Amino acid sequence: MNLDAIIEALPSYVSGVGVTLQLLVVALLLGLVIALPLGVARASDKPWLSKPVWAYTYVIRGTPMLVQLFLIYYGLAQFEFVRESALWPLFSQAWFCAVLTFTLNTAGYTAEIIAGAIRATPYGEVEAARSLGMPRWKVLTRILLPSAMRRALPAYSNEVIFMLHGTSLASVVTVIDLTGAAREMNSRSYLPFEAFLTAAVFYLAMTFSLVAMFHFAEKRWLGHLAPRKSAPLIATSVPI
Amino acid sequence: MLHGFLPALLEGTLTTLSVALASLAIAVVLGLVGAAAKLSPIPFVRGVAMAYTTIVRGVPDLVLMLLIFFGGQIAVNAMAAKLGFEGYVDIDPYVAGVATIGFIFGAYLTETFRGALISIHAGQREAGLAFGMSRAQVFRRITLPQMIRFAIPGFTNNWLVLVKSTAIVSVIGLTDMMHSAGMAAGTTREPFTFYLAAGVIYLVITSVSMLGLGALERRVSVGLRRAV
Repeated sequence: MNLDAIIEALPSYVSGVGVTLQLLVVALLLGLVIALPLGVARASDKPWLSKPVWAYTYVIRGTPMLVQLFLIYYGLAQFEFVRESALWPLFSQAWFCAVLTFTLNTAGYTAEIIAGAIRATPYGEVEAARSLGMPRWKVLTRILLPSAMRRALPAYSNEVIFMLHGTSLASVVTVIDLTGAAREMNSRSYLPFEAFLTAAVFYLAMTFSLVAMFHFAEKRWLGHLAPRKSAPLIATSVPI
Repeated sequence: MLHGFLPALLEGTLTTLSVALASLAIAVVLGLVGAAAKLSPIPFVRGVAMAYTTIVRGVPDLVLMLLIFFGGQIAVNAMAAKLGFEGYVDIDPYVAGVATIGFIFGAYLTETFRGALISIHAGQREAGLAFGMSRAQVFRRITLPQMIRFAIPGFTNNWLVLVKSTAIVSVIGLTDMMHSAGMAAGTTREPFTFYLAAGVIYLVITSVSMLGLGALERRVSVGLRRAV
């Protein structure tokens, strides 16, 4: 282990962590904004609302994110109208294409998570709201979504961690994120163990921090659904 | 169609499928060993299994693959030099890719198999032993068939993620489907066409897998009564 080389490269790892977090946070926030209406539409009983979303999530979840990234980063340049459009300065940037891909990808997965959580709503909650005279919109915003979002937390925490790992693909299209920093160090000094193990340690630290954050969030918002702490068994275990 | 690149693309598809199936074989073995280790009475064995699943699931597959591909190269050559071997050993990207993906999904399957094992009531195993079956017979006749049933949903999920993960082996230079698509895209200057074709092939693979494993799940759950 060449510790000096690691210490020397540490600043580029730290800026790599910054880029990774930036990609992650932007993609997750935008993805969630898109996923909310998609998830509601997916859980709807009207086929013209749910089927298109089904098709979208089916394609997103059935193909590798690397293919999606290449389609957007390399693929769109094939079309002249894209190259000549006002948006070309954006689409020719690796960072923008990476964020766009990750956003569309996480939106697909998250929409299914939200739809699943909406479907799992106990029907009595909706009946109670309807019987109090709430219109459909209010039932959605006051009852369905708040309770579904809580129930979606455990599955969403998995998605966030998958997304953190997925951002490493940005390094394939020249973005210098955490993996990119490691690849740069490897190609400069040819110290693969030092380069990639350092990146792995950073990723592990980020994964654990996310897990801890979601653990806290679940305790805070999902505490009422947690299995009850086992009551003392002494009294009940006596054979009668 | 596809400017004559279809055969090359299909050849790449075969490589992709072969990488996926070979890594699945490794992953199933590691998953079974890992699940047994996680349920072991020996704390040290449990600790090793725990470290394996935690670390592997906390690091991106791309980073692990680059580590094994580039790091393995150095480790193998250092070992070869110690053994008195002269010259340079090259790690095959196929071997590195299969080893990495198998190693990663072994960790995910460990959790799937562990979950399946603990959902089988211990009384069933005890009943089998009480009837005079050997431990091997109990495993083959009672534990294994039910474990397969409980494991299939998680297994399906992991297989789908595994298939999609194989796309990254092109990064370490394996001539898989993504590589073929990239070559064709470079020659024809039609990247969208060829990455779209690659996406469609992946979609076909995942769709067929879902149909097949869904049918298998119905087959092994024939004897199961469902509440809903």
